[in-house]
Amino acid sequence: MASADELTFHEFEEATNLLADTPDAATTSRSDQLTPQGHVAVAVGSGGSYGAEDEVEEESDKAALLQEQQQQQQPGFWTFSYYQSFFDVDTSQVLDRIKGSLLPRPGHNFVRHHLRNRPDLYGPFWICATLAFVLAVTGNLTLVLAQRRDPSIHYSPQFHKVTVAGISIYCYAWLVPLALWGFLRWRKGVQERMGPYTFLETVCIYGYSLFVFIPMVVLWLIPVPWLQWLFGALALGLSAAGLVFTLWPVVREDTRLVATVLLSVVVLLHALLAMGCKLYFFQSLPPENVAPPPQITSLPSNIALSPTLPQSLAPS
Amino acid sequence: MAEAEESPGDPGTASPRPLFAGLSDISISQDIPVEGEITIPMRSRIREFDSSTLNESVRNTIMRDLKAVGKKFMHVLYPRKSNTLLRDWDLWGPLILCVTLALMLQRDSADSEKDGGPQFAEVFVIVWFGAVTITLNSKLLGGNISFFQSLCVLGYCILPLTVAMLICRLVLLADPGPVNFMVRLFVVIVMFAWSIVASTAFLADSQPPNRRALAVYPVFLFYFVISWMILTFTPQ
Repeated sequence: MASADELTFHEFEEATNLLADTPDAATTSRSDQLTPQGHVAVAVGSGGSYGAEDEVEEESDKAALLQEQQQQQQPGFWTFSYYQSFFDVDTSQVLDRIKGSLLPRPGHNFVRHHLRNRPDLYGPFWICATLAFVLAVTGNLTLVLAQRRDPSIHYSPQFHKVTVAGISIYCYAWLVPLALWGFLRWRKGVQERMGPYTFLETVCIYGYSLFVFIPMVVLWLIPVPWLQWLFGALALGLSAAGLVFTLWPVVREDTRLVATVLLSVVVLLHALLAMGCKLYFFQSLPPENVAPPPQITSLPSNIALSPTLPQSLAPS
Repeated sequence: MAEAEESPGDPGTASPRPLFAGLSDISISQDIPVEGEITIPMRSRIREFDSSTLNESVRNTIMRDLKAVGKKFMHVLYPRKSNTLLRDWDLWGPLILCVTLALMLQRDSADSEKDGGPQFAEVFVIVWFGAVTITLNSKLLGGNISFFQSLCVLGYCILPLTVAMLICRLVLLADPGPVNFMVRLFVVIVMFAWSIVASTAFLADSQPPNRRALAVYPVFLFYFVISWMILTFTPQ
């Protein structure tokens, strides 16, 4: 019994000794923990701020990446900026392209030297609009001048010529390049040659090549037939030369027969456009040519025909 | 033991200061929105009370709108660098001018087959479709003008040409002849230049400098077509 009690007391004494030692260790650990806690708090604050900065930087990086992706990806055709890229052109550039279309040179390719991979739709659109209205205006002016020379002709404004001019010019300037572009792509697919021009570049070539017709149409107001044909031939030559010089590098790698036929068709269509404009909008010349001879040859018969003249004038 | 007492004492003295500072900052920040909330609603209410037009009579409303249209007409007749026409846009003036011009371009003859001049619908479509096309062109070139502001300016600047149309109809009451035509030509050219100057004064500044000519040229073409329709008008 006494030995058991002695054993019990011994254990308690050892426990109390251990506890007495443990508080010291605890206090030292507390003091150690306190200073690290202070550092940790400062680190947490600075770490938080650094973390926030890192997050902000990451967000800005993500935004930059998204912007780059958006820039790389072409916007859809249903957005306005898609079409805005087609009008990304300056005044000096448009004037330079107009000058290039007026003065074609054999070694200078219109697409490589003037468009430089940045075709625009401003020139083709407004050149077609200008040509349509100038055609209609000069056509009416021709009738006015004819009326002054011959009072028997009754002039009334031919406003429908605006519609005819607009439709014909725009159809020519956009459908012919479409057909040409399709044909060149088909030939490229067959022979896998040099890359042909894009559709926009083809529209630019045709649109700017029509500019030379604007002064030609104005000069057609001069009522001298041989001068009119001269101006027509000159404008047609300049315009067709520009087209041929530009299309030749693409076509020459094809077979000679296809190249010759293609260029001939291009020039022929251009000639048809010029002839059609002249014969439709300036068609008052043939009646004038027909009118004088019968008057001169049949002066006595005019007296006899005088009762019928009012009847002929009435329906006109 | 003394060292242990000193070490916890230092952080104890340091920790309460930032806490109190934070609390004071929070309390200060809370006061600001209260003051803002008190003042802003009063101002907005005052503005609402001033701008309310539900109590005025119909005559006052119509007179105010007519005054606005008349003021814009005066701005077109004496064009200068003013933002009034752009800031407070409306489409009443363009509609009035377009309808007036189209009506005056109609011929008196009942025979529709011989009449080759522009019909009412054709004039109307050309004016509005032309204005829309020019507006789209200026926006595609990067102009910072809104769609309806451009329509408003282009429409109001038809006023000089409408005046020219009126003068031409009066001049055509006289005997037709070369002098008559020369008078009409002079009037139309002067009014055409006036329209160009007026519209350019309002629209040119909204374009980048390197593209101003590209934006002004369609305006020139637009008024040129209208001038041509006016000049070629003949009653019979």
